[in-house]
Amino acid sequence: MKNVLIIDYGTGNLKSVHNAIKRISEKQDCKILVSSSVEDLKKSTHIILPGVGAFESCLNGLIKTKVRGCLEEMVLGKKKPFLGICVGMQMLATKGFENGEFAGLDWISGEVKKINNQNNNLKIPHMGWNSLNFLKETAFTKRLLKKMKKKSTNDLSAYFVHSYNFKNKNTNEKVITTCYGEEITAMISKENIIGTQFHPEKSHYFGLAFLKTFLEQD
Amino acid sequence: MLKFRIIPCLDVDAGRVVKGINFLSLRDAGDPVEQAKAYSDEGADEITFLDITATHQRRRPMIDVISKTAEKCFVPLTVGGGVKNIMDIKEFLLAGADKVSINSAAIKNPSLINESSKKFGNQCIVVAIDAKKISKNWNVFINGGRVDTGIDAISWAKNIEKRGAGEILLTSMDRDGTKNGFDLELTSTISSAVNIPVIASGGVGCLKDFFDGIKLGGASAVLAASVFHFKELTIKQVKKYLKSKNINVRIDNLDKYYEK
Repeated sequence: MKNVLIIDYGTGNLKSVHNAIKRISEKQDCKILVSSSVEDLKKSTHIILPGVGAFESCLNGLIKTKVRGCLEEMVLGKKKPFLGICVGMQMLATKGFENGEFAGLDWISGEVKKINNQNNNLKIPHMGWNSLNFLKETAFTKRLLKKMKKKSTNDLSAYFVHSYNFKNKNTNEKVITTCYGEEITAMISKENIIGTQFHPEKSHYFGLAFLKTFLEQD
Repeated sequence: MLKFRIIPCLDVDAGRVVKGINFLSLRDAGDPVEQAKAYSDEGADEITFLDITATHQRRRPMIDVISKTAEKCFVPLTVGGGVKNIMDIKEFLLAGADKVSINSAAIKNPSLINESSKKFGNQCIVVAIDAKKISKNWNVFINGGRVDTGIDAISWAKNIEKRGAGEILLTSMDRDGTKNGFDLELTSTISSAVNIPVIASGGVGCLKDFFDGIKLGGASAVLAASVFHFKELTIKQVKKYLKSKNINVRIDNLDKYYEK
């Protein structure tokens, strides 16, 4: 039985993530919890960290819930499948530069920096559907394509809304990128950890297939 | 490359769609939940709900509609109409809206834009501008187009960007309902005056109007209500047409594979 925990730390549109997980797990034995309790975190099989808002306030929100220690034990120690969405991915970085300089969780080396607006030629936030560029094949992307019955990754796009870009240090941890004036990190992956800059819960069929692939991780 | 968005708009009155009477294929023609789902399955990039006669008593059906829709439609959902304060915005977001559109309240109390974008993130605060040409300028109108504020639309657009709005929903009152196409002069003037996305609205009558709104108006997204409601055009048709004109739109040919 699956036990999906959506971490509630007082920010983000948790409802849409919850709705999407509910939709794809309808016929399965799956429990979805929106919570910030250490007990629930320990019982969970899959952990999702959503995020909408500013880097610092999200991080402070997470620290206030006092789950950080337990979260690190579950993800870095017990290696439970983990998905960070949008700011939930950005928080995994070493440092964030939104409204100052702040230390992140430092699970994945890199820095989160404002998207260069190319001398005011680019509208910020980067908002809308953008094409996905798969840099490499991983076990996850293989299963994702199979699920969508796609042979190639052409034509795939996802919904983005953000003003900051996760510039990760180790290029081998970057799986998908998109382009908006500069190269934007769209998906990162390191062992049991996945992060997406796009919102799978708002990316229609592609996003639902993505979440379903995540739920099938053991 | 970032795609241009096609956004169908549902005008909702007391929890029912008021324009969609020709949606025969739907179980309930006036049910916004069914319509929103049909639009998203057809390829809508976002869905917008406008509560056109928002009053306090009618707020409840709208909240129910938002939460039921959010359970079924997995593209971004914007909700507007009758938003007066931070509590209203919070209520819509908690019900499952991804963005909230504010109009009259932003004019009456501009600091609402600062407060709400700081609290919820600027990506979810859309400011709607209803503009009408008065002599040489465009003035901002409020209260559903009934009151001329005398405020210049261009300076208002710059003002709301500075205050933290994430997007502008720009409706030309001169074109709304005419089917004569977007007011391209207005759209391109506002779009080049600000550095946030502008959604063009008001006046779509044919396929070429969508193309013009993007190409000549400089809009990041185009919104239409009646051409979709009355099935004069389908979203698929619009996207296919735009693609043939080399406009970058989302056509991913995915089916409900997640169910298998």
